[in-house]
Amino acid sequence: MMSAIFANLPALQVILPLLFAPICFLLRKRGAAWLLAFCVSLCTFAVSIALFMQVSAAGPLSYAMGGWDPPWGIEYRVDSFNAPFLVLLSLMFCVTLAFSYKSVEKEIVQPRHALFYSAFMLCVAGLLGIVITGDAFNVFVFLEISSLSSYILISFGKDRRALTAAFQYLIMGTIGATFLLIGIGFIYMMTGTLNMADLAVRLPSVMDTHTVRAAFAFIIVGMSIKVALFPLHVWLPNAYGYAPSAASVFLAATSTKVSLYVLIRFTFTVFGAGFAFGAMPLQPILLVLAVTAVFVGSLSAIFQTNIKHVLAYSSVAQIGYMVIGFALASHAGLSAGILHMFNHAVMKGCLFLVAGCVFYRFRSARIEDFRGLGKTMPWTMGAFVVGGLGLIGMPLTAGFVSKWYLIMAALDHGFVGFLIIAAVLAGSLLAVAYVWRIVEVAYFQAPDEVHENGKEAPFILLVPAWFMALLTLYIGIDPSLVVGAAESAALSLLGSTP
Amino acid sequence: MSYEALVSLAVCLPLAGAVLVWLCGNTPNLREAVTLVTGGLTFLSVLLLLPQGLSGMSPELVFAAPLPGLSLSFRLEPLGMLFALIASFLWIVTSIYSIGYMRGAKEENQTRFYICFALAIAFTLGIAFSANLLTLFVFYELLTLSTYPLVTHKGNDEARRGGRVYLGVLLTTSIAFFLPAIIWTYSVTGTLDFRPGGIFGGIADSFVVGALLILFCFGVGKAALMPFHRWLPSAMVAPTPVSALLHAVAVVKAGVFTLLKITVYIFGADLLVLLEARDLMLYIAGASILLASIVAMTRDNLKARLAYSTVSQLGYITLGALLATPAGITGAAMHIAMHAFGKITLFFCAGAIYVATKKTEISQMEGLGRAMPFTMLAFLIGSLSIIGLPPTGGTWSKWYLMLGSLEAGHIALMGVLMVSSLLNIAYLLPIPIRGFFAGRNEGPSILKEAPWPCLVAMGITSAGCFVLFFFPQPLHDLAASLYGGTP
Repeated sequence: MMSAIFANLPALQVILPLLFAPICFLLRKRGAAWLLAFCVSLCTFAVSIALFMQVSAAGPLSYAMGGWDPPWGIEYRVDSFNAPFLVLLSLMFCVTLAFSYKSVEKEIVQPRHALFYSAFMLCVAGLLGIVITGDAFNVFVFLEISSLSSYILISFGKDRRALTAAFQYLIMGTIGATFLLIGIGFIYMMTGTLNMADLAVRLPSVMDTHTVRAAFAFIIVGMSIKVALFPLHVWLPNAYGYAPSAASVFLAATSTKVSLYVLIRFTFTVFGAGFAFGAMPLQPILLVLAVTAVFVGSLSAIFQTNIKHVLAYSSVAQIGYMVIGFALASHAGLSAGILHMFNHAVMKGCLFLVAGCVFYRFRSARIEDFRGLGKTMPWTMGAFVVGGLGLIGMPLTAGFVSKWYLIMAALDHGFVGFLIIAAVLAGSLLAVAYVWRIVEVAYFQAPDEVHENGKEAPFILLVPAWFMALLTLYIGIDPSLVVGAAESAALSLLGSTP
Repeated sequence: MSYEALVSLAVCLPLAGAVLVWLCGNTPNLREAVTLVTGGLTFLSVLLLLPQGLSGMSPELVFAAPLPGLSLSFRLEPLGMLFALIASFLWIVTSIYSIGYMRGAKEENQTRFYICFALAIAFTLGIAFSANLLTLFVFYELLTLSTYPLVTHKGNDEARRGGRVYLGVLLTTSIAFFLPAIIWTYSVTGTLDFRPGGIFGGIADSFVVGALLILFCFGVGKAALMPFHRWLPSAMVAPTPVSALLHAVAVVKAGVFTLLKITVYIFGADLLVLLEARDLMLYIAGASILLASIVAMTRDNLKARLAYSTVSQLGYITLGALLATPAGITGAAMHIAMHAFGKITLFFCAGAIYVATKKTEISQMEGLGRAMPFTMLAFLIGSLSIIGLPPTGGTWSKWYLMLGSLEAGHIALMGVLMVSSLLNIAYLLPIPIRGFFAGRNEGPSILKEAPWPCLVAMGITSAGCFVLFFFPQPLHDLAASLYGGTP
């Protein structure tokens, strides 16, 4: 029995949430649906940990779906690049669910609760599938599963603007997914295979064709939409801003990272760094866009009036850091980029959880609502300050570790490196501006008359928020685990370069 | 007790004190007792470290490794010993003073005040004992953050504006210059340890090292080198004990202490004198000294005048550190102590005047010497030490600094120091003189001094100014062994 479970871990990772999502919907009852989802999330997390340990002990793991050997069948492939992402996704799955019991109760009308949980589980299953699969077409399938369910999640928002936000995301996300499909179609046309490892072997012989170059361009642009890389980020602020709090926590912490994962996976594993950064001008394009993203995102964040929008624009800027690391294409750069993907997920998760706590009390998360929160909701604001210091990159927070590695990586790149460092540091300073604006409101302004009796958020909402805050600090003090994971991920990517 | 235990104890005691203060928040007397006892124990543990500190570099004490290859660790050496002694001693004195001041001025949120104060001292000691630049940077930023609630203590719009400038300048300089300089140093040399003789030893070309020197000098914003000095006058919105201990001793001295450590243990005197960038920075420091003194003369608000005076005096220490001659470094290290005692006395007086009379402007203080003779006398002594006149401690540090500028062959800088002394006389001495002698015709005024804890604190620090004149030897030994450590 146990050995059967262990042999099929890669399949279980995706199947668990996928299978229980409809059951969750059938349960109808709010409490039962939540309990089922939470149990599934714990199992998923356990599976991801087991996979991570297995991979770090014994190296990459290949799983033939349905017993059909690759490259004919669908292969699930867990290596040191995607194993940590599986852990991150399932961790956020658990944390979000722990948070959502109270939060969803307040933000979503009663009959739709079960629907919310099943859509949420589908979304998780989709994202886990994207990360674990070794099959290019399978990536597209899971991308559609996760995207469609996240449109649903966003449209659950009580604010009617959530509907237009979801619609905007739907249009842009569909374009992105279609581009990905066109790209995959082109390379399938040229090589006759969809397995990533097999593609990597067959592509070099046909590399110098317009079809492959077009395929590459389609995939990069398509995924850049999903990554929300400037200037393709316009869907993101409203989608995160108007979604129910629980959904924004999960999406902000994971969805763009998974898309960036796909981008990196295709660039390094399928096409190869030599083609992407040698034959194609990927580096200058990405660097310019990423640096612009840092400035545009941070500056826009300063002028928002809704906290969720501040955090969303900050994400646009932080995605810029990740893409910078990726675009440097060196081992140090790639490690820094991947490292920041984890660290940012933790910090932004923490901050969106805080926004959710405030939303729970005030039914909105505008800056005015933060007046006097330093007194009335000290624990909530404490977590906010920790997460905010992380975004700034203060020492002893996760953000500092990312910044350190990113700057170290950029130092190897001469003059361009200096410009990048300047951008990274300017981004930190702008982060001081948008974080401290909120801190000042919370600690220096008297609370509103109406909310004079504003109380601390319920304990059950504070636990996940503080869990993420402590994780931010823990990574800042002892980052060896994440740094080690990021470095071996970068190594496995660069090692697989043809 | 072992050396490792004492170092950890010195840093952890104020942290534990902060927690206890929080727990005792509802009973003010117990809370203040906790602060005083913690202060005493902290000073005691630092004092017990003295023999170890005098013996040069101690073994490294690693307590965390946040980045592979880099550790957070402590190591005792003479300069850190000196700084730790001053900070922990003056914390006790300031705590006594705070009790009188905070109750006399009826400030709110006193528990938060004492908590943040204890945290700030813990982080200051962390800076003092840092074994490498990374550790120093971590505590440097923590110190900025922990003092922010103190600066904005009043919670009104003025405090918020002051806090914004405070945090803005300190974080901007540290993020934009200090951090990249540290990372760049690490990528060039592969280490961030403080080592006698420096770590650059023939590795880097002089352009890179020169650029790094400039980045460090401006990046350590707490040293308040012009044009990045604006945070210090802004920090004066804080209650006076904060201005006294943090913005005359702990925070600003953390800045110049950092610069001194960087010049001695990162660059090394031998390398430093070869850099063209050093001459540039020397003259910027000289300009900072003079300009700040001139601005100080134009300020009527007493605390603002003292703040600009501090900016000017910090320039002395920066200057001494950059001179990199034996006398220059000795003078800089001694001036950390001398200026600390002098300036804290002056701030104590400013606070005492505020508590007793609610006066903040110098023009209102004519004839005040008759109502507050003790305060004005202490002010006079503090002023003498800042100016550098015998029989106060300030004489010695200025002596060595002037000697250092002669050794280095910078006659112009010697001139700067002399002009600055004259300017000091011009903006400090009129205050006690007019306090005692002006406005005689307004009739006798009643004796009205500040609460007694304030007077006790002033008495201790002004006595310190004298003691340091007559017994400068231990201080000099510590400062000189700093230089003796360089091969």
